[in-house]
Amino acid sequence: MELHDIWFVLIAVLWTGYFFLEGFDFGVGVLTRLLARNRPERRVLINTIGPVWDGNEVWLLSAGGATFAAFPEWYATLFSGFYLPLLLILVCLIVRGVGFEYRAKRPEEKWQRNWEWAIFWSSLIPAFLWGVAFGNIVRGVQIDQHFEYVGGLADLFNPYALLGGAVTLTLFTFHGTVFTALKTVGDIRTRARTLALRLGPVTVVLALGFLVWTQLHSGDGASLVALVVAAVALVGALGAIWRVREGWAFALSGVTIAAAVAMLFLSLFPNVMPSTLDADWSLTVTNASSSPYTLKIMTWCAVIAAPLVMLYQAWTYWVFRKRIGTQHIAEAAH
Amino acid sequence: MELALAPETLARWQFGITTVYHFLFVPLTISLAALTAGLQTAWVRSEKEVYLRATKFWGKLFLINIAMGVVTGIVQEFQFGMNWSEYSRFVGDIFGAPLAFEALIAFFFESTFIGLWIFGWDKLPKKIHLACIWMVSIGTILSAYFILAANSWMQHPVGFRINKERGRAELTDFWAVLTQNTALAQAFHTLSAAFLTGGAFMVGLAAYHLARRRHIKVMRTSLRLGLVTVVIAGLLTAISGDTLGKVMFKQQPMKMAAAEALWDGQKPAPFSVFAYGDVDKGHNTVAVEVPGLLSFLANDDFTSYVPGINDVNKAEQQKFGPGDYRPNIPAAYWGFRWMIGFGMASFTLGALGLWLTRKKFLLPGHLRTGDDEVPHLVLFGGRALGPKLTHCFWRVATWTMAFPLIANSWGWIFTEMGRQPWVVYGLFQTRQAVSPGVSQTEVAISMAVFTALYAILAVIEVRLLVKYAKAGPPELTEADLNPPTKIGGDHQDADRPMAFSY
Repeated sequence: MELHDIWFVLIAVLWTGYFFLEGFDFGVGVLTRLLARNRPERRVLINTIGPVWDGNEVWLLSAGGATFAAFPEWYATLFSGFYLPLLLILVCLIVRGVGFEYRAKRPEEKWQRNWEWAIFWSSLIPAFLWGVAFGNIVRGVQIDQHFEYVGGLADLFNPYALLGGAVTLTLFTFHGTVFTALKTVGDIRTRARTLALRLGPVTVVLALGFLVWTQLHSGDGASLVALVVAAVALVGALGAIWRVREGWAFALSGVTIAAAVAMLFLSLFPNVMPSTLDADWSLTVTNASSSPYTLKIMTWCAVIAAPLVMLYQAWTYWVFRKRIGTQHIAEAAH
Repeated sequence: MELALAPETLARWQFGITTVYHFLFVPLTISLAALTAGLQTAWVRSEKEVYLRATKFWGKLFLINIAMGVVTGIVQEFQFGMNWSEYSRFVGDIFGAPLAFEALIAFFFESTFIGLWIFGWDKLPKKIHLACIWMVSIGTILSAYFILAANSWMQHPVGFRINKERGRAELTDFWAVLTQNTALAQAFHTLSAAFLTGGAFMVGLAAYHLARRRHIKVMRTSLRLGLVTVVIAGLLTAISGDTLGKVMFKQQPMKMAAAEALWDGQKPAPFSVFAYGDVDKGHNTVAVEVPGLLSFLANDDFTSYVPGINDVNKAEQQKFGPGDYRPNIPAAYWGFRWMIGFGMASFTLGALGLWLTRKKFLLPGHLRTGDDEVPHLVLFGGRALGPKLTHCFWRVATWTMAFPLIANSWGWIFTEMGRQPWVVYGLFQTRQAVSPGVSQTEVAISMAVFTALYAILAVIEVRLLVKYAKAGPPELTEADLNPPTKIGGDHQDADRPMAFSY
């Protein structure tokens, strides 16, 4: 296994971390409209992710930065090629971050309501678009001999990629619903469980459809294993939430996300961005990667930093381990 | 060459707008994190309530500010790939590494511990909670260092070789990239300027309240901390600026010649105070100069030779082939002056303020004030300034808050525009760096979207800052004074509302 293969795995790990963590906080953002019935409940939801959403989002910045450093050609083609969808994602991430921080900083009804809608849409849209983006990466796009994306915007919204978007949106929302059941207390917890039971089957159908399609399109033995793990874990999560084992349900919906990301990357390897115009123009781990020296330094950094990050982020979750309900939210917001 | 039609023009405007905007928040974040941490340390050590109230007050403004810094920073990270894909392909092997280090080491630090700090007042024992804000502060400084090392590489590429086969630059010595003198000088200069910014911000708001005789105890403490910060950071900014200038004279003579509108090399070379000239003909029509000073700034020697714009342009034409290697001279010249001018002005105000509000032992007895009184402003001898002058000083001090922000912005505009036409000096030109696959329409859309969004957010942010700045420090509650002893919070009352919630 060469360094660029290791980095292919590490990039997959960073995206897994991102989708696992920001997955549920995107989901919680969607639930502010889907589950919460009033402002105090919306605040409960927002506060379940309050201390952690920012740390979760850094997984994306790390995935982006690491791609830049380890696979500059991939970074360049991907972000210049998927220009407008990425712009929309960035706008959402900006609005969302500001929304969390500023929503409670003014008491006016209108101010808070506007930010709540902003949080809802800016959670829903990226949850969908990331699936579209990864669908296109796996399926392949029109890349010319200079590694430039030469397709149009409409080409990115093909049926396979749209299904991918539907999968990330429902899977993240399901993941967020399970997270809510795990982190809240009282009526909202019960309703989160009920919603998860309704959302679960839809998620299973969509996810299976997308993963099987992927397997038929570009899968191999290893990706089939990941597919089976994802499917079993997702059904398991549904079973666990039915039996009110919320911790297990959350762990299993997390495994589903990890296995699904693993499956996409396995079916991608050794490409990182296949070209649909000519297989010779595909970006691969070899022709898109940095020099061995850079990869070596990056490996040292990742090997030391990543476990530390996981350690202190896990500690954060432990500090804020208490369930919260409407009684924990102070009346006067400031 | 008609620059307005060049494919990179819009992308450059977008980079300029988003970067200058982002950098309004960065220096305040860096300095307010450390200053808030300092105030909280004083609270933990002395248990004086004034420090806790100050921590809460400045901490809140810090949070309003860092939120904007974080979200606008996301754009910075992806903009290279979106608008500058050829640049990313050419330098990614080198430039990507410090960015990845920044994310993996600094961003995780900042964002994780900021969450712990915001929500941790009733969840963490005092000292652990204090450690969190220090972690945030370390994160902000590390982050600044990595990105400045990356930028320094664009100013002065080191530790690399050109791989002809792959058509790109490749890293050969990462340590050299992190520790070259450009990076050290630039980090020193940028970080001290950041503290000048935060210090002036503190002085400005404290002056605002003291002029109105409100929240005197907290604002008196803040004023002193702010003034001391301004004076120390101001001195360090000047010293590091001089160091960085000397480095630049060697590494980018064109930038410095442009900064001085020095068209032809001179020995000794004068420092330009004011100049108006003709860029096409390559000379100044009006020039006010201090003889020999530029030679001294460049080489520590009043009689040394400093090359001019025309000389460097010729030398670079010989080295790199035909072309115009001059940056936008008026932008570099005036950017350099606004940077120094506004920076110096805020430092001068700080030094004056520190003297006017000097400590008790330098004052005659009847002018000394207690902790809960607005300090007298005493220029000389046994008399305080009259009400008119006092009012005037507080007002000027309040407005000075904006000066370092202006200086910072011009500093970046100067150093980035002064490097043109290069994106990586001597190696890669800006016009080669732009994304070939991205249409002008797409760039125009994203520039319009970001500009509009940033403008709206600026209004929202400033209004919030004003609201909380005017409100002053909060009164302390029982819970504030009795922090938990166990991690996760004490368990007596499971239904107690959270100390802080969104």
